[in-house]
Amino acid sequence: MPSEIFQNIESTAVPLPIENVDTDQIIPARFLKATTRDGFGENLFRDWRFDKNGLSKEGFVLNNLSYSGTILVGGKNFGSGSSREHAAWAIHDYGFKVVVSSFFADIFKNNALNNGLLPVQVSDSFLSTLFEAIEQDAATIIKVNLEEQTISIAASGASENFDINPYKKKCLLNGYDDIDYLLSIKEKIVHFEKSRT
Amino acid sequence: MAGKTLFDKIWDKHVVDEIKGGPSVLYIDRHLIHEVTSPQAFAGIESRGISLFRPENTVATPDHNVPTVDQHLSIKDELSRFQVNKLTENCEKHGVTLYGLNHPYHGIVHVIGPELGITQPGLTMVCGDSHTSTHGAFGSVAFGIGTSEVEMVLATQCILQPKPKKMRITVDGELAKGVTAKDVVLYIIAKISASGGTGYFIEYAGSVIRSLSMEGRMTVCNMSIESGARGGLIAPDQTTFDYVKGREFAPSGDDFDQAVERWKLLKSDDDAVFDKELHYDAADIEPMITYGTNPGMGAKIKDKIPAVEEIDPATRESYEKSLAYMGFDAGSPIAGRKVDYIFVGSCTNGRIEDLREVAQFVKGKRKAEHVTAWIVPGSKQVEEQAHEEGITEILEASGFKLRQPGCSACLAMNDDKVPEGMLAVATSNRNFEGRQGPGSRTMLASPLTAAAAAVTGIISDPRSLL
Ligand code: SF4
Repeated sequence: MPSEIFQNIESTAVPLPIENVDTDQIIPARFLKATTRDGFGENLFRDWRFDKNGLSKEGFVLNNLSYSGTILVGGKNFGSGSSREHAAWAIHDYGFKVVVSSFFADIFKNNALNNGLLPVQVSDSFLSTLFEAIEQDAATIIKVNLEEQTISIAASGASENFDINPYKKKCLLNGYDDIDYLLSIKEKIVHFEKSRT
Repeated sequence: MAGKTLFDKIWDKHVVDEIKGGPSVLYIDRHLIHEVTSPQAFAGIESRGISLFRPENTVATPDHNVPTVDQHLSIKDELSRFQVNKLTENCEKHGVTLYGLNHPYHGIVHVIGPELGITQPGLTMVCGDSHTSTHGAFGSVAFGIGTSEVEMVLATQCILQPKPKKMRITVDGELAKGVTAKDVVLYIIAKISASGGTGYFIEYAGSVIRSLSMEGRMTVCNMSIESGARGGLIAPDQTTFDYVKGREFAPSGDDFDQAVERWKLLKSDDDAVFDKELHYDAADIEPMITYGTNPGMGAKIKDKIPAVEEIDPATRESYEKSLAYMGFDAGSPIAGRKVDYIFVGSCTNGRIEDLREVAQFVKGKRKAEHVTAWIVPGSKQVEEQAHEEGITEILEASGFKLRQPGCSACLAMNDDKVPEGMLAVATSNRNFEGRQGPGSRTMLASPLTAAAAAVTGIISDPRSLL
């Protein structure tokens, strides 16, 4: 089942300069009762976004109309906590294609990559530069080029390279899926099972 | 050539193939599933029109959503009931063994795996749940995965994984009375932070770790993920073999003896090289508790919450945000705060040994009037054992009540939610904002510390009451 093909991105960004954003904040446990992958975007950052009566909380960035776009820029250690893939689904479902941080939790990174959501890990200093640029001008355009593995600020030209596993890069650029790959080597797996007994 | 670490030995034996410049294809021996992270994986299998590759290697149980009272009745919450029923349906349709509600083997995935002997040394184990790291206590490579990966295991018994780096944490010395495995792991996380283990798989070693029971070792490995590490493991020894022996799915007779001979080889070579090594001394470890909103924000109960000046300027904003959520002042003492709730349970501390410890502590004492206490066994077997050993009676005589097994207030997906603003001392593993219910405030500690809080009604060092 091929997934979406990842295209280069040029977009404004939503800043969330908070450290240790954990998966319980991204999508609280009480919203994990669905049995399909859709609709989680509605409850993305639920308890930061809405009060207990369901009203928008003013100070939270997703409720600030000045900020929009398909890039979410988060603080250090983004996505820590539980393995719930619902966190990646919620961010993707809300409309983000890229999450930028100076540090990602391992499982979150895998989950994001398995869902066409690109985690871009940048240096602490580039992360500060990004936050400053967005803070100064919410219309700041950020460019993410997966082919060349670069992230840059359009206006200033400030740019940095990011790492990605070459296999995962190929998957994203071509819309390949890990399960299709594993199914294609089933004979090898059967052979492996036989060889170990 | 340098020797191999225990982790390398197990991992390398399970590599089916290597993708050039990419992850390894890792074979998975045992797969545990629960109701929350599996439905989308089964749906994926069905939409591909394929069947499960090795259904006999997957075991299921509903734990996250289940009520902890009246389990013989149908689940009241409609969405929870639907999700639990979906698991039953999927297991029936695809030939997966299920230990459903009221089954004698029902319980939290990470409690039932070890107690049924499904967890064994040298295996690879995964579950769509980050605390799968618990099973590493037996010397297995066990870690949490996402739902796409659950689907991979269902489809092929393999996942694609980059090999993590290796860290060894050695804790030597002897733990003082009243200092438990939970304090050891909270101490380690407070030292290395909630992200200090990211990218690593941890091996725990040293005389303190060796001296721990299997329950204690599970508590330590369980919280590996709280430092960001993918998992943690401990080389198996006689304590491990004795625990596994005689369990339902463990090898028996000659097979067991042969297995033990193989398991004895499972240790890091003397000349193995780790990417990182850390050493701690038991003499410095005391009863610990967290005061913030990530598990790395922990301190000794007798200490004060760090002053803002002690915090790295780059992280002060997050630090202050966290304390504001907790309603705590930087620089103030930790002990003496009034506690509203205590929760003893979860895959970290919901085992029989934990209940025994609590019972022993509260025997002859009374629960403080204003404290609501939830004591939740990790499994049906733990519940039964607590009844048999008279633990239930001791608890009741002191004003406590034993509930029925499940994840409960660890993540508050069922009705066990700590109300907004209330302060809870919990033996679980996460103190994130709202983890135990919207607006709830959580301090993580050992079962002993939770029991001490229940009895005194305030945060107290349990040693003063031993
Ligand atoms: S007890 Fe808590 S941490 Fe453990 S599996 Fe359940 S929800 Fe997860």
